[in-house]
Amino acid sequence: MKHLSFEGGIHPGDFKDIAKNHEIKEVLPGDIVLIPLSQHIGAPAIPLVEKGDEVLVGQLIAEAGGFVSANVHSSVSGKVKGIKSSFSTTGFQVQCIEIENNHLYEHVSFDSRLLENVEKEEILERIKNAGVVGMGGAGFPSHVKLAPKNPEAIDCLIVNAAECEPYITADYRCMLEASDEFLLGIEVVLKLFDKAVAYIGIEDNKMDCIALLQDKCKDKDNIKVIPLVTKYPQGGERQLIHAITGRKLNSSMLPNDVGCIVNNVESFIAIKKAVIDGIPAYQRILTLSGDCLQSPGNYLISVGMTHQELIDQTGGFVLTPSKIISGGPMMGFSIFHLDTPFTKTSSSIVCLHEDVVSMCESSVCINCGRCVSVCPSKLVPSRLAKAAENGDQQGFMDYHGLECIECGSCSYVCPAKKHLKQSISNAKKQIIAKNRGKK
Amino acid sequence: MEHQYHISSSPHIRDTLTTNKIMQYVILALLPTTLFGVVYFGLDAVILLVLTIGSTVFFEYFYEKILHLPITIKDGSAFLTGLLLAINLPVSAPWWIGILGGAFAIVVVKMLFGGLGQNFMNPALGARCFLVISFTSYMTDFSYDAFSGATPLAELKTDGILSSFDLMDLFVGTIPGTIGETSVIAILLGAAFLVYKKVIRLTIPVSILVSFSAFILLFGSSSLDIHYLLCQLCSGGIMLGAWFMATDYVTSPISDQGRIIFGIIIGLLIGIFRIFGASSEGVSYAIIFANLLVPLIDKISIPKPFGKGGPKNG
Ligand code: SF4
Ligand code: SF4
Repeated sequence: MKHLSFEGGIHPGDFKDIAKNHEIKEVLPGDIVLIPLSQHIGAPAIPLVEKGDEVLVGQLIAEAGGFVSANVHSSVSGKVKGIKSSFSTTGFQVQCIEIENNHLYEHVSFDSRLLENVEKEEILERIKNAGVVGMGGAGFPSHVKLAPKNPEAIDCLIVNAAECEPYITADYRCMLEASDEFLLGIEVVLKLFDKAVAYIGIEDNKMDCIALLQDKCKDKDNIKVIPLVTKYPQGGERQLIHAITGRKLNSSMLPNDVGCIVNNVESFIAIKKAVIDGIPAYQRILTLSGDCLQSPGNYLISVGMTHQELIDQTGGFVLTPSKIISGGPMMGFSIFHLDTPFTKTSSSIVCLHEDVVSMCESSVCINCGRCVSVCPSKLVPSRLAKAAENGDQQGFMDYHGLECIECGSCSYVCPAKKHLKQSISNAKKQIIAKNRGKK
Repeated sequence: MEHQYHISSSPHIRDTLTTNKIMQYVILALLPTTLFGVVYFGLDAVILLVLTIGSTVFFEYFYEKILHLPITIKDGSAFLTGLLLAINLPVSAPWWIGILGGAFAIVVVKMLFGGLGQNFMNPALGARCFLVISFTSYMTDFSYDAFSGATPLAELKTDGILSSFDLMDLFVGTIPGTIGETSVIAILLGAAFLVYKKVIRLTIPVSILVSFSAFILLFGSSSLDIHYLLCQLCSGGIMLGAWFMATDYVTSPISDQGRIIFGIIIGLLIGIFRIFGASSEGVSYAIIFANLLVPLIDKISIPKPFGKGGPKNG
C-alpha cells in the first residue's frame, strides 16, 4: 500500500530511540499537587472546593466555566490547602488548586458501562463529566468537538497517531501497550457518527504499531489503519486530513466542515476510560526525553505534579540541560523553571543539553527559497516575516499570513537562521487581537 | 523567580545548513572547472584568479569599513563573487581588468543596493557585462599561448558546423573560452555535487537547457540535428551560466514555479541571442535580463495557499 502524505514539510532527525523502547511506568505525585483550573482552551473552570476540604482521587474539584470549558478532578486524595497561582507551561500565570496528598489514593466510586449499553447522549455526557480535552496540545474540550453542528455529515473519524514531532514516543507506547483500550475508545466515538469510518494515521517509522493494529482491526470494517510517510508536520490537522482524505481545509474552516473529526491517540484512551470505566481525566502518559536524563522514557503521570518531581523521581539529570521544552522541539514551549505543574495536555518534556536555537545567530535572507518549498501551507515565509518585521499588516494579510499553522518548518530549514515562525506568529497574534477588538 | 533555563520560540531544533556552508559548497563545486582552467591556461589564469578574488574581498571589506557597517567578508559571498567573475574572464585579460571588475561587482552591483540578499543582478555577471561593454577588445580576445582563432561558438555561427574542434574537445574543455567555462565535464561534476548537497534544485538549469534545446531544434541552422544541438549545448558559457550563474539565489525567483518560468526565459533568450544576435554569445545578457524580470515573475508565480479555493463549508 502506498504511504500517504502532503506537499512540503521537512525531515528532522527523529531522536525517538532515546525513549521508544521504554515501557510506560507510573510515577506518583509528591506531598503537594497544584492542579491548574485552566488546562484547556476556553474559560477556566470554577473551583468547587475550599481550603480545608477533604478530597478523593477522581473527585470533581472545579466545574466547566462556560460552554467551551472542561471539568477538573483531583488526582490525589487529601486536604485542599487553597488556591494559588503558578506559571503554566506556556508562560502564563494560572490559578491552581493546591492539595496536600495523603498518599492513600482513596478514590470516588467509578461507575462503569458496557459499550453496547451507552447511547449517544450518555456518551457525550460521560465525556463531558470526565473533563476530557484534546490531549495533543491545544486542549479543546472533547464533548464540544464531538458534538458538531452536522453529526450526520461526518464520514471520517481521523485518529491522529502520526506523532511527527521528534523525541516523542508516548502515542507509540500507548498504541503498543494499550491497543485494546485505544481501539475501544475509537469504537465509542464511532457510535456517535452513524456514517463514519475511522482512519488511524500512523507514520511509517512505527511499522510494528501499524502491523499490530492492522491485525487487530482485520475484522472491523469501520476502522482502517493508514500508513503515512514519516515527515514533519504529518500530524498537523490540515495536513493529516489532506493526506488521508484528499480534502483541503483553510484557516477559516473546521474539520467538520469537510466531514471530519480529528482526535489524537491519548484522547481516545481518555474517552474509553471516561465512557466505559467512568474514570475522569486526571492522569496521562507523557514522554520524558532528550540527552540530559538518567532515565528517559514514557511515564503515566498525574495532573498537578510538577516537572521537577517527575525528573527527580526518575533519577534526575546526567547533564545540565540548557533548555527544557514542554511538548516537542518543533512546536513546544520552552519553560524557565521546573516547578510548573503538568496538565491534561502535557505530552512530553524534552531536556536538551545544547540549545541549537540560541546558539545560531541570524543573518540576512539570501532568497534561497527553502522556506517556500517546505511550507505545508504553501506560503512565502520570508516575505511574511519581512512584512511582520516592518509592521506591515496589510502586506502580511496580502500574503495570507493568517494561513500559517506555525509548524516551524520554515525556521528549521532557513540557512540564514532567521526566526521566521516567531515573526509570523507574533504578527498573527497582533492581527487576531486587533480583529477581536473591532468586533 | 529565577530564570534557570533558556527561553526562546519554537522550533527548538534547526537544520545544520548555514549560509556560510552554502557558500563553501558552491566554491567547492567550482573547484573542478577552476582547476581545469588553471592547468589548461597556466600561470596567467592563477594571477587573474588571485587578483579578482582579492579585489572583491578587499572592496567589500573597504566599503564596509569606511561606512562603519558590519564586516561581512566572512560569509564567503564576496569570495564567491570574485571566483565567479574570474572564471568568466578570458585568460588574456590584463591584470587590472580583474581588479576593476571586482570593484564594480562589489561596490556598484552589490553594496550600493544594500549588500548580500538585496542586489537584483548577479554581481559577477553585472561586472562581466560592464567589462565587455567598456573593454570589448580585451574581453573578447580568446587567444592564448600560440592559439588564435575562432571559438567554437563563432564557428558554429558562421559556418553552421564545427571544423577545428570535435565534440570531445568541447566536453573536456580543450577549446578557447573564459577560464572556467570551457570544460563541460568539470562543470557538470561540480553541479552534480551541488544537486547532491541540495544546494541547488534542478528547476532552473533543467528549464534553461530544455527550453534552449527546443529553441535550437526549431530555429537552429539545420533542424533536428542532434550533433549540432550538442555542440551548441557544450560551447560558450551556457553550462556555467545554467548551473552556476542563473542559480544564484538572490537574483532568481523564490518559488519553484517562478524558477521554471525564469529558466525558460533564459533558455529562450540565449537561443535568440545565439541564432539571431550579432555576437555569438549572450548567456550573461540573457541571465541579467531575466534577473530584471524576477519581481514580476515572483508576483505571478507565488504559490496558492493551502486550502484556499478548496471546498468551503462542506
Ligand atoms: S510559514 Fe507557517 S506554516 Fe509555513 S512553514 Fe513557516 S511556520 Fe509552517
Ligand atoms: S529559507 Fe531563510 S534564507 Fe532562504 S529564502 Fe527563506 S528566509 Fe530567506
